[in-house]
Amino acid sequence: MERLADLLLLLVLLFGFLILGTTRLTTCIRAVAVQGGLLGLLPLVLHPQWSVHTLGLAAGTILVKAIVLPAFLIWAIRESAVRREVEPRVGYVASLVLGIFAVAVAGAVATRLPVPGEHPVLLVTTSLACVIMGLQVLATRAKALLQVVGYLMLENGIYVFGLTSLDRVPFLVEIGVLLDVFVGVFIMGIVVFHINREFDSLDSARLTELRD
Amino acid sequence: MSLLVLLVLAPALPGVAAKTKAVLTGRRGAPVMQLYWDLFRLVRKGAVYSTTTTWMFRVAPVAGLVTPLLALGLLPLDGRRAPFGFTGDFVAFAALLALGRFTLVLAALDTGSSFEGMGASRDATFASLVEPALFLSFVVLALATGQLSLEGMLGGAQALPWGAAAPALTMVAVSLFFVLLTEASRVPVDDPATHLELTMIHEVTVLDYSGPDLALLLYGAALRMALFAALPVSVLASRAHLPVAAALGVLVAGLVTVAVAVGVVESSMARLRLSRVPQFLVAASVLASLGAILQLLT
Repeated sequence: MERLADLLLLLVLLFGFLILGTTRLTTCIRAVAVQGGLLGLLPLVLHPQWSVHTLGLAAGTILVKAIVLPAFLIWAIRESAVRREVEPRVGYVASLVLGIFAVAVAGAVATRLPVPGEHPVLLVTTSLACVIMGLQVLATRAKALLQVVGYLMLENGIYVFGLTSLDRVPFLVEIGVLLDVFVGVFIMGIVVFHINREFDSLDSARLTELRD
Repeated sequence: MSLLVLLVLAPALPGVAAKTKAVLTGRRGAPVMQLYWDLFRLVRKGAVYSTTTTWMFRVAPVAGLVTPLLALGLLPLDGRRAPFGFTGDFVAFAALLALGRFTLVLAALDTGSSFEGMGASRDATFASLVEPALFLSFVVLALATGQLSLEGMLGGAQALPWGAAAPALTMVAVSLFFVLLTEASRVPVDDPATHLELTMIHEVTVLDYSGPDLALLLYGAALRMALFAALPVSVLASRAHLPVAAALGVLVAGLVTVAVAVGVVESSMARLRLSRVPQFLVAASVLASLGAILQLLT
């Protein structure tokens, strides 16, 4: 079981790198969807005595993160007819190198961090690395849609960290967080759609020039 | 003994890759043994030298054959012992291959052709970008086995510790496969079948060679491919516990599989745009360093 969890976490990291390295918008969204799906499977693997709590969390996560949100984002791309390239402010090679630094830092911190309970080291590493990579996407990608992807990555990292104390966090809190993310992304998607309709560009740098 | 088998079999590997490509694209393709006939034909011909070239031009084919040969001597091909391994020989391994490339680059510049200069520059760029991936892979292997020679890393007494290190080793194998694609000048990086000098990388650096010199270079390139294909095979299929003949069989089967995989990659994707190639090579390094981090964490 431990092996399987490690494998899932590793795949989550690799898909994070795919988001940093790809040039295509749709690949980013698909990768974040796969990440969400893998994260949905993770509680089932980490806590083999399947309670209603873990099953509900897994089903909710997969439904929201792997199916609904990506489908919505892809719809937003199609409707707002944005260009399909990523157009980063920091190049792909630099992003990948920064990503590997993120994992290294996360690993160094994770081995020292006193997290209560027993978990694989990779769990905390992946969660911190996901948060840093999400911030990186938020900071270096100008497209508004990719900022949504970065936000989702960040949330994925927080979710992984939440798995360290699955038995202590009430079910309602988890579902509440999931709902928050869902509503957040929904609003962002609508906003993106409307910004694009009004201003025919989704470059967030140009938002600073807005006046009434 | 296993070295001899590999020396005989090496020219078949590009043939296997080409055949796979032909089958997948619905053509009949050249026979797998084509490179043997090519080598045989070239050896019987005379060589033509351009008047602008110097001795450097004649040294390169010999270096192109000798350096992979020596590097092969450092690998434990039968899964046990390398013909002449020593502690820290992975640096020598990389240095030998870099030396072969260096002489070829100099020879290409020696011809004074602008196309060859461009090819040489690209070749050198990609080689320097792929080296971190190779070294990081060796670092992971050294961490996993606690050995500093290729013999200890890839063969030796204890098999690679599959289990705890499995994810790291898988990433190393994938990274080494990317290194193979680059070093053997295969598709996402270079196209062995291209006919336009502007887009050639490895092919253009050997453009001015003819006769026995070209035969040496072609055979050297085939050896290089076998060499780099043997690395991921050795990582994935530890052969120390098998009898020698079986170990050799596993190696040959692995090499053929890798050649088929190269053919599949070649027919399923186009060559990357030149500016995108460094990204591909950095991805290989990222995979290997992720493996190193994992190995350090566990």
